[in-house]
Amino acid sequence: MQHGKYRFIVGFLALPLGLYALFVVWPFIQSIYYSFTDWTGLSPEFKMVGFDNYSRLLDDEIFWKSLQHSLLFALLLPVVTIGLALFFAFMINVGGRKRKNGPVVSGVRGSSFYKIVYFFPQVLSIAIVALLFAFAYNPDSGAINSVLRGIGLGDVQPLWLGDPDLALWAVMAVLVWSTVGFFVVLFSAGMASIPAEMYEAALLDGASRFTTFFRITLPLLWDTVQSGWVYMGILALGAESFAVVQIMTTGPGGPDYSTTVMVLYVYQKAFRDGQAAYATTIGVALLVVTLAFAAVVMRLGRRERLEY
Amino acid sequence: MKTTQTPAPVPAESGAPVTKVDAPPGPRPKEKKEGTVLNAFSHGILVIWAVMVVMPLLWAVMTSFKDDRSIFSSPWSLPDTLHFDNWSRAWTEANMSDYFLNTVLVVGGSLIGTLVLGSMAAYVLARFDFPGNRFIYYLFIGGMSFPIMLALVPLFYVVNNMGLLNTIHGLILVYIAYSLPFTVFFLTAFFRTLPTSIAEAAFVDGASHSRTFFQIMLPMAKPGLVSVGIFNFLGQWNQYMLPTVLNTDPDKRVLTQGLVQLAVSQGYKGDWSGLFAGLVMAMLPVLAAYIIFQRQVVQGLTAGALK
Repeated sequence: MQHGKYRFIVGFLALPLGLYALFVVWPFIQSIYYSFTDWTGLSPEFKMVGFDNYSRLLDDEIFWKSLQHSLLFALLLPVVTIGLALFFAFMINVGGRKRKNGPVVSGVRGSSFYKIVYFFPQVLSIAIVALLFAFAYNPDSGAINSVLRGIGLGDVQPLWLGDPDLALWAVMAVLVWSTVGFFVVLFSAGMASIPAEMYEAALLDGASRFTTFFRITLPLLWDTVQSGWVYMGILALGAESFAVVQIMTTGPGGPDYSTTVMVLYVYQKAFRDGQAAYATTIGVALLVVTLAFAAVVMRLGRRERLEY
Repeated sequence: MKTTQTPAPVPAESGAPVTKVDAPPGPRPKEKKEGTVLNAFSHGILVIWAVMVVMPLLWAVMTSFKDDRSIFSSPWSLPDTLHFDNWSRAWTEANMSDYFLNTVLVVGGSLIGTLVLGSMAAYVLARFDFPGNRFIYYLFIGGMSFPIMLALVPLFYVVNNMGLLNTIHGLILVYIAYSLPFTVFFLTAFFRTLPTSIAEAAFVDGASHSRTFFQIMLPMAKPGLVSVGIFNFLGQWNQYMLPTVLNTDPDKRVLTQGLVQLAVSQGYKGDWSGLFAGLVMAMLPVLAAYIIFQRQVVQGLTAGALK
């Protein structure tokens, strides 16, 4: 297959690679460069300022707040989401009643129904989900407080997004709501491929179903859980948290910066405050956090791969 | 489901743990016990979550048929009459029709471009040995884990300098570029799994490399293209961050942007019912498509994570 090979390779790679280099790689390189300048983004002039932006970062209270919130997103959201998803997936796949002559473990009735319904939020835009919940959280006329009134909790009427102590949790709950289904489906596919004999053997030996989850299901699913963890963390640091915080909270960024996250802060500095160089500096910090997060999860989660 | 009343014959082969209970009457209550309790518990939990997922969506649909006053006074009541005028108002006055058209144009162009360019790059990277192959591959893959917002600040000016800001074709090019990492990653793996013999035979028979690709390899790669196509379709249809930064012209807004703008402007316009109608309008096509192509959608969206 040598004939005209290089001409073909160049011809096929030129367009995709060119587009990718121009719109993705080049801006990334530029933004690291800009973080050492005083560029405003409004005029083409700028000069090098060394590490000024970085030392400003260290004294910027709002930056530290946004970093804190972003870290909370990256650490807590995957734990809650993946924990819930594993729980549901286990119920769906192993919680079924034993049927006559059936396998020892089986899925619940209607397991495919649950999977279809749980997946709904995943196909919707996070922007639409955020809008929907912004209304649901409305303290006076929103769906949630009105449910609380309906079940006799008329005294419990939180301000939700208006309450600085509550706003961040309210926003995080929306992200959990919208992503659990994806992981339920993902883990279900993994669980379905675990041979039933494994459960059979464990149950015969007297293990409870609870034990089988930790001794069989989780170890065999570990690779999937780990990559799901990284995936969720990257989303929680990036685009998803941008959309929910920007759309749902006032400001945006919440009362008293109580919900601001790094990705939103980059956006505001660059496109609202005309401080493009400083924005790229925050962006570089976000890059460091993202890569560190991925590295830590991959490292901590390393286990011997189990073949079955 | 109907477990407890009738004494059903109980299978005898497996020995379940023994517990004493006021279990349903049956020949061997002990054996059924664990399964039944767990089953009831599972169903309970699963139903609760299903309700939590569906209720907000149903609430939105219901609200889109109500008038403004009852939206605020009684959020959970059923609409007194079905106010279809909310929908027509949203479609015409609130510009939903324009947002739909813009989104269809942008996503249509991006999807085709992503699939064509992505499969070309992936094919070359999967099947040909040349210096720099690995480097280019990892350059593409790296784009998946980098925070896009970091690149968006300079990207805004790159796009602006090229005169592509606030244009549909500019947005299409950017969508393609940011969809390439996953597409190349997925399709490279896919092309590697296809047999080489057929392509070699075609080549021996005198087909050129590009002809072999378009007439033999692409049709063979159809299942992979469908999966990655669905993945990209949903990602691009639902995209919010890229258009928010790069597309600020009110006339060029895509659906997600348009709805958010609509919500912001309702602060003084007060057409909440119209806004809900717009929201539901944007949700329904995707949900309908999902229910119809359920299997393919799930495969497409989970394919990447299972690799």
